[in-house]
Amino acid sequence: MNRQSTSGYHGIPRWVYAVAAVGGLLVVLPLVAMVAKVNWPQFIPLITSESSVAALGLSLRTSAASTILCIVLGVPLALVLARGEFPGQRLLRSFVLLPLVLPPVVGGIALLYTFGRQGLLGKSLELAGIQIAFSTTAVILAQTFVALPFLVVSLEGALRSAGNRYEAVAATLGARPTTVLRRVTLPLVLPGLASGAVLSFARSLGEFGATLTFAGSLEGVTRTLPLEIYLQRESDADAAVALSLVLVAVAVAVVGLSYGRRRNSAEVQA
Amino acid sequence: MSFELRASLRARNFDVSLSLADGETVAILGPNGAGKSTLLGVIAGLLRPDSGTAKIGGRPLFNLDGGTRLWSAPHLRGTALLAQEALLFPHLNALDNVAFGPRSAGVSKAAARESAGHWLAEVDALPLAHRKPAQLSGGQAQRVAVARALAAQPELLLLDEPMAALDIHAAPLLRRVLKRVLKDRKAIIVTHDVLDAYMLADRVIVVEQGRIAEAGPTRQVLERPRSQFAAGLAGLNLVTGVISGEGITTPDGRVFAGQHDPEWSPVSGQAGVAAFPPSAVSVFLGDVHGSPRNSFAATVTDLEPHGDQIRVRASTGSSAPALSADITPAASADLGLVPGMDVRFVVKAALVSVYPA
Amino acid sequence: MRTLHLKTSIVGISVAVGLAGVLAACGTTAPTAAPSGTSGSAQLSGTVTVFAAASLKATFTQLAKDFEAKNPGTKVALSFAGSSDLVTQISQGAPADVFASADTKNMTKLADAKLVEGTATNFATNVLEIAVPPSNPASISSLADLAKPGVKVVTCASQVPCGAATDTVEKASGVSLTPVSEESSVTDVLGKVTSGEADAGLVYVTDVKGAGDNVKGIPFPESDRAVNIYPIATVGTSKNKELAAAFIAAVTSEAGSQVLSDAGFGAP
Repeated sequence: MNRQSTSGYHGIPRWVYAVAAVGGLLVVLPLVAMVAKVNWPQFIPLITSESSVAALGLSLRTSAASTILCIVLGVPLALVLARGEFPGQRLLRSFVLLPLVLPPVVGGIALLYTFGRQGLLGKSLELAGIQIAFSTTAVILAQTFVALPFLVVSLEGALRSAGNRYEAVAATLGARPTTVLRRVTLPLVLPGLASGAVLSFARSLGEFGATLTFAGSLEGVTRTLPLEIYLQRESDADAAVALSLVLVAVAVAVVGLSYGRRRNSAEVQA
Repeated sequence: MSFELRASLRARNFDVSLSLADGETVAILGPNGAGKSTLLGVIAGLLRPDSGTAKIGGRPLFNLDGGTRLWSAPHLRGTALLAQEALLFPHLNALDNVAFGPRSAGVSKAAARESAGHWLAEVDALPLAHRKPAQLSGGQAQRVAVARALAAQPELLLLDEPMAALDIHAAPLLRRVLKRVLKDRKAIIVTHDVLDAYMLADRVIVVEQGRIAEAGPTRQVLERPRSQFAAGLAGLNLVTGVISGEGITTPDGRVFAGQHDPEWSPVSGQAGVAAFPPSAVSVFLGDVHGSPRNSFAATVTDLEPHGDQIRVRASTGSSAPALSADITPAASADLGLVPGMDVRFVVKAALVSVYPA
Repeated sequence: MRTLHLKTSIVGISVAVGLAGVLAACGTTAPTAAPSGTSGSAQLSGTVTVFAAASLKATFTQLAKDFEAKNPGTKVALSFAGSSDLVTQISQGAPADVFASADTKNMTKLADAKLVEGTATNFATNVLEIAVPPSNPASISSLADLAKPGVKVVTCASQVPCGAATDTVEKASGVSLTPVSEESSVTDVLGKVTSGEADAGLVYVTDVKGAGDNVKGIPFPESDRAVNIYPIATVGTSKNKELAAAFIAAVTSEAGSQVLSDAGFGAP
């Protein structure tokens, strides 16, 4: 047992590596299998078809919009959950996290009965001339609904681990609460906010069930990449596989880039 | 522009009144959990008491008495807080950290930086202006934090054990800086260190169990302590009781004979204390011949090195305070002292100071 | 009892389309006559696994029950999904004995994979119908009405069978639709109609019937331009081909046809 290690003792039993390898394979193997199934000679034509490009473009646009919406709504939510004190706080947290565990189709049904034509708010919106159903807005709403918890959880964790000592010092130095938020709190939790935003973007990109139920499926308007893949699968398996690969590549790029950057910045800080 | 405070917070068993004259620095001493940090939190507005009032000059910080519910937010109080850790904002360099207070007060960026430069120079940290907090040592960071607190131009500066987290090499420099900048400034410094009290404070307040145990000019409190905590800080044994003919008599009937100031004429029955250094105590085995005055049975509880002496701590009864004796290592070896051993403590009356409690 | 159940489900949540469909199918008088022809004489036993198109859920559930009652000792295991999903599953080795497809295209796909025993039998047809919310808010009465401006129409996407049929009908009738959504399944189209999001949807007659009172069906003459044919066949890899053939015979029997036509299917 005289193994050489560059970093000395790491305290991980060997069998853990074996189980970890199984876990890793469970995730990686299906992706490899999918890549193996790709019709490479036709790959470029398949992913550059009009409907594919429209779906990818729509997915990127709506996911970006959802991410911005998640930040705008999620930052205040995370702040009041992490720092505020009010009755029903725990209940609010449970509800905000609900979309994490809810089947997306349930989210879609709930949204339908809220923003749909016959819905809780939809009726009033319709009177005001705003129609959400079957519009790109509906896609963004559905994506925000499912992605918001990722941002809130990630940011609330960052806020809690940062503690409020810096904010207290800033306040005694004469900074108004808004100044404290802008100049101290947000810069301190920026890494947490960034990773939350990336997760939200990735979740929005993969959103399927709620969109299908709530927004419908029309090329260029509501048919995002996952819906396009689902539809292509009915008729053209090659196209579905090729587009799946594109979706995986985009997700890997987004998550990988931000994770890599976070690691680098963490090393500088250390 | 004096400062006055009266506050009580039942949840923390805290009830303190104090006031500061203009330009006065007060040291708050007390054991852990006595309520020192609670005091600073209440003043800074981070902790809300159940009742009480506080004002700086004529300006109220809070008034929670009777029906009034006046509570001004921390940023409106002018009470900058310097904590044990520097807590410099990690994303700003030293200069911008110091400029934070002026910027928050609405000063332009350029003017705030100029002011920050001035305060950095004041704490001998100007060369560090462009470093990020991660690139500063503990002592450097704490000096920058002092500059940052001063740059906010607080009417009352609150320091919560500013030296506690520093290593022994960094503390003296910061102490010198603080001595310079706290001169003629209203400040409250919470400390564990008697040296801080001597060097920085005009007056000390000893807090025990959420109450003020004693207060007075620094020198007087440390030379004539009336609380166990202050006596411990000053390195003195302290015994409380009532004045009797020769000195004081403790509640369990022991008599500590000693000396008192010639200008003070003790009145029997008055509450008093006897203080004496551990070096005034001799340790013997078995019965002592000669004068039985100031001689007590004691049980050794522990032994530890103290300078070139051995400090012997012993209990003299369940209700009496523990006493310390300093003896030479050779004497300790001759006596064969170990914890749990029954010995006799004899205190030289000439070295015992008796004064009213 | 049955009527009461039916009413409750209708008054209840409108999303329970499937449930209502099952109950509606149960409400019809089940044929009790023995299926004429092949089965019956030989002693059948074992389990037959039937992969059927989702649109056959109500009818095949009923047919399986009848089959089991008629042939004690047998069991019918049913699996419903989109026809193309089922073809994929069978190709990947799923243990199916019988495959009932909602279109000939998917049956051909399975035959091309050499997974069909003999030839497939067409057992039912289906045509499109306009589905509108019970109140018919846009006052739809014909296919042409769907092309009126402001009418929100939801159809199936061209990639799925009902969408292909929609395209054919559009082409044949000269009516050009601009749907607000092209869904990937009939369920999604019906969902949009029952929830009132859409004014109308184009689905199969059987789907309208299966949705009970949650939607109203409006037949239109142009629907006969796209008749969808349902083929059924024994799967080549079946371990119990005799039982599979018996089930297919039951489906194509007179009694089986009655169950299918009660649900709105046409004769092959």
